[in-house]
Amino acid sequence: MNAPLIRLQINGCTVEARAGTSVAAAIAQHSLIFRRSTTGQPRAAFCGMGVCFECRVAIDGIGQRRACMVPVREGMQVSCDD
Amino acid sequence: MTDRYDVLVVGAGPAGLAAAHAAASHGARVGLIDEQMTAGGQVWRQDVQHASPALARRSIGRTLDHPAIDWLAQTRVVTVEDGGLLVEDPRRARRLHYQTLVLATGARELLLPFPGWTLPGITGAGGLQALAKQGWPLAGRRVVIAGSGPLLLAAAATAKRHGAHVLGIYEQSSTENIQRFARSLWRWPAKAVQAMGLRAQLAGVPYRCGSVVRRAHGETELHAVDVDGPRGIEHIACDQLAVGYGLLANVELAQSLGCTLQLQGAHAYVDTDRYQRTSVDGIYAAGELCGIGGRDTARIEGAIAGHAAAGKTADADRLLQSRQHARHFADALNQCFALDPRVHALAQPDTLVCRCEDVSLSALDGYMDARSAKLATRCGMGACQGRICGSALAELGRFPRSGQRPPLFPARLSTLAGTNLSSINKP
Amino acid sequence: MKSHDLIIVGAGIVGAACADYASAEGLRVAIVEPGPIGGGATAAAMGHLVAMDDDPAELALAHYSLGLWEAFVDLPQAEYSRCGTLWIASNQADYARIPDKLARLAAAGVHAEQVDAEQLYRLEPALAAGLAGGMRVPGEAVVYPPGVAQYLIGQAMARGAQLYRQRAHQLNSGGVRLSDNTQLSGNVLIATGCALPQLLPQLPMRSRKGHLVITDRHPGLVHHQLLELGYADSAHGSDDSSVAFNVQPRPTGQILIGSSREYGSETADISMTMVRRMLARTLQFLPGLSELDAIRIWTGFRPVSVDGLPYLGRAPQHANVWVAAGHEGLGVTTSLGSARILIDQLLGRATAIDPRPYDPMRVAA
Repeated sequence: MNAPLIRLQINGCTVEARAGTSVAAAIAQHSLIFRRSTTGQPRAAFCGMGVCFECRVAIDGIGQRRACMVPVREGMQVSCDD
Repeated sequence: MTDRYDVLVVGAGPAGLAAAHAAASHGARVGLIDEQMTAGGQVWRQDVQHASPALARRSIGRTLDHPAIDWLAQTRVVTVEDGGLLVEDPRRARRLHYQTLVLATGARELLLPFPGWTLPGITGAGGLQALAKQGWPLAGRRVVIAGSGPLLLAAAATAKRHGAHVLGIYEQSSTENIQRFARSLWRWPAKAVQAMGLRAQLAGVPYRCGSVVRRAHGETELHAVDVDGPRGIEHIACDQLAVGYGLLANVELAQSLGCTLQLQGAHAYVDTDRYQRTSVDGIYAAGELCGIGGRDTARIEGAIAGHAAAGKTADADRLLQSRQHARHFADALNQCFALDPRVHALAQPDTLVCRCEDVSLSALDGYMDARSAKLATRCGMGACQGRICGSALAELGRFPRSGQRPPLFPARLSTLAGTNLSSINKP
Repeated sequence: MKSHDLIIVGAGIVGAACADYASAEGLRVAIVEPGPIGGGATAAAMGHLVAMDDDPAELALAHYSLGLWEAFVDLPQAEYSRCGTLWIASNQADYARIPDKLARLAAAGVHAEQVDAEQLYRLEPALAAGLAGGMRVPGEAVVYPPGVAQYLIGQAMARGAQLYRQRAHQLNSGGVRLSDNTQLSGNVLIATGCALPQLLPQLPMRSRKGHLVITDRHPGLVHHQLLELGYADSAHGSDDSSVAFNVQPRPTGQILIGSSREYGSETADISMTMVRRMLARTLQFLPGLSELDAIRIWTGFRPVSVDGLPYLGRAPQHANVWVAAGHEGLGVTTSLGSARILIDQLLGRATAIDPRPYDPMRVAA
C-alpha cells in the first residue's frame, strides 16, 4: 500500500503523511499535545473515533475540529495549543 | 443522487453494510451514510498501511459498488425533522427522506476514569486500534493494553502489526471466568478458530487476568502505569496505554426518533422484535445498537433488517436461527467480561470525570441527578455532550445518563440555519 | 406545623434573591423548591444584565438592579464579565433613533455612547459590512444565572433558611401546604414565574418560549453582547413569533446565540423552524460564525404578565400572600431590585424606587 505523500503544516512545521492518514495521526508524528484543557492540562486524541472531542485542533483557521475525523490534505494548516 | 430513499441506512459498519446490501438486492433504492471517511465501521476500519481482511473487502465492495446504493461518506445526522433526517457532510447540509430507516449506529467504548487517565499517550483500546489504522505512529513504542473484553486482543494484534512493542494485555476479568469461557468455545467453532488465530499473532505477549490499571504516571505525557493484579502492584514504564472497559450502544439517534430503549446494566440499547423492528413504525435497528453482540451478530441482524425493510420477511426468516446462535455467543462473552466492582472504585475524589470541562468526581458530591450537577459544575456541558462522562457516571452508579437533545453531534451553524441546505429532489 | 416569617415558593433567581435579602434582614425564611435551584427560566436564560429604555418603569427597575449587581463582580460563581452591550443600527433610520435612546438612558442614570460605523467595526471586526453604527453601554455585563441563584440560596441557608424539596400544593389561610402534606405557616411569597397561576389563578401569566444555541469555545471572535436595535420590537411586540439578533461572548469563549420569542408553544421541544430563523438572522450580522459548531440547543419560557411589567407586591384577595413573578426576559437583570422592593414593602419600609407600577393589584383594578 503506497499512498502518495501529503505535506501539511502543524504549528508551522512541515509534516509528511500518507494520503488517508488522519490529522490526529499526523499530529502524533510531531507532538503528543493536541490541546490544553479548560484548566490548562495537556490533552491528546483519546477515543480515536470522533466521540470524545479530546483531539480538537484548529484546521485551516477554524477552531475545535476533531483531528481524528479529518484526513490530511496537501497544504493544510493545523494549529495545536502549545 | 436523490434525497428520497426507499431504505435509508445510518452507519456503514458490518450491520449497516449488510442491511444496505440486503435491501438493495430486492430492488430498493438505498442510501447509506456514515460519519467516517470510509465504510467498514470500527471493526473493519481501513488501515492506511495494511490491507483489510478479505471478508471486510468483500462486504464493503459488494455494497458500495451496488448500483442501487448511494454511499454518503463523512455524513453525520444532525437532527430528526419532519419525517426525515437533517445531515451534514464537510461541505453542505441535506435533508434525507425515507420510507424505512435502518439504524446501525454501532457502539463506542466504555471509558472509565482513573488517576492520570487524561494524559496524552492514553487512549481507548479500540481507540488505539482506530488511531493506528489512521496512521498513528506506534513503531518501536512500548504499549500496555488494558481494560476488558475481546477487543483487547484485537487492539494488541493491531498495535503489534504496526510495529509496537506490546508489553502485556491486562484483563480485569478473573482467570476462572476466562477459563470457563474458553471451555465453552467449542460451541462456536468459528470463534475458536478466530481466537486461536489471535493467540498465534500475539505469541510472546503476556495476557494477565484479574488485573486493572490503577494509575497512570507522567507530566505532559504518559511514562508509566501501575497495574494491580494477582501478584500485587506492578509498575510498568511505557509510552502508550490503551484501556477500554467494553462497548456501549450509540443509542442517541434512536432515542431522538422515539424508539423504545432497554437497559443492560447501566447502559441503554434499542429494543427490537424478530425482524429488527423498533417500537417506531418503519424504523429498524441492527447490530451493536441492539445490545453488544459483535461483528457476526451485526452482519446477520443487518441482513434481517435490510430484507424486512424491503418487505421481504421470508428472506429474513431464514436468518433467525443463526442470529440466535450469534446472540448466545455474545451473551456468554458479556457474562465472561462483566466488570469487577473494583473497576468502579478506580476514580479518586480529585480524578477528573468530565474531560471537556475538567470536573472532578468530588465536585459532583451532593447532586441527585445529571442535570443539577451539570448546572452547578458544568459536568457534561462540553463538546462531547456527556457521551464520555455521562456514560462513565452511569456505570459508576452516580446517576443515569440524561436524554439527548439536538444537535445529535455538534453541527455547523450554517447547517442549523439552513443557509447551505442543498435540495436534490429529482431521482 | 412549621412556622416561618416568610415562605418563598420557587428558587429561581427571583426567589433566591428574595431569600437572600429577607434572611439578611433577619426574617426566618423557608424556601420551597422541588427541582434544581435556578433550574427553570433561570437556567435557560442568557444572563445578560441590561437596561432597556422602552418603558420608564422597566428602566427604573433595571437601573436600580444593575447597581446592586456591582456587589457580584468578584463572586466566582457569578462568572461576572463586564463585556458591555453594543446595540447595532442596521441602517440610517435605526442610527437616527440613537440620540433619543441616549437621552432616555441618561435621564435614568445609565451611561451610553453613540458609535459610528468606523468605531463599530473597530470594536467588533467580525460584523458584516454595511452596518450604520451603534450604541455602546460599557458598564453592562453577563453572568451565569444558575450559579448566582445557588449562591443566594446558600447565603440564605447559612443564615438559617430552610429548604423544602417539595411542591407547594395549596395556599391556605395559615400559609401553604406542601405536596407531602407538610403545613408551613407564615407569610407566603410566590416566585414561580410561569407557574404562578397554579397558586394564584387571578394573576394572568403567559409563557413566551425562547430558543438558545451555544457554540464550542472560540475566544476573541465577539467582544460585546451584541443586539440589533430592532431587538426591542421583537421583545415588546406581540407577534406570535419573532426573532432578533442577540449574541453573547461567554467567559468560556463560547458564543451564546439568541433570540426567539414564541407564544402558543407549550412544550420544551426544539423547533427547527425557529432555530433556522434565529440563526439565519445571526449569520446576516456575523457571517464568519457559519462554519463554527453548535454544541447544544435549548429552550426556556419567559413569564409574561398582563402588561409586561413584573408583579411585585401583595397578591390580590390574600392577606398574607405576596408575589414576585412575571419578569419576562429581564428576570436576571431585575431580580436583585425586585427582591429589595418586595421585602422592603413586606417590612413596611420605604422602597428605593416607586413600587406602584409593579403592584399586582393593578390587575384586579
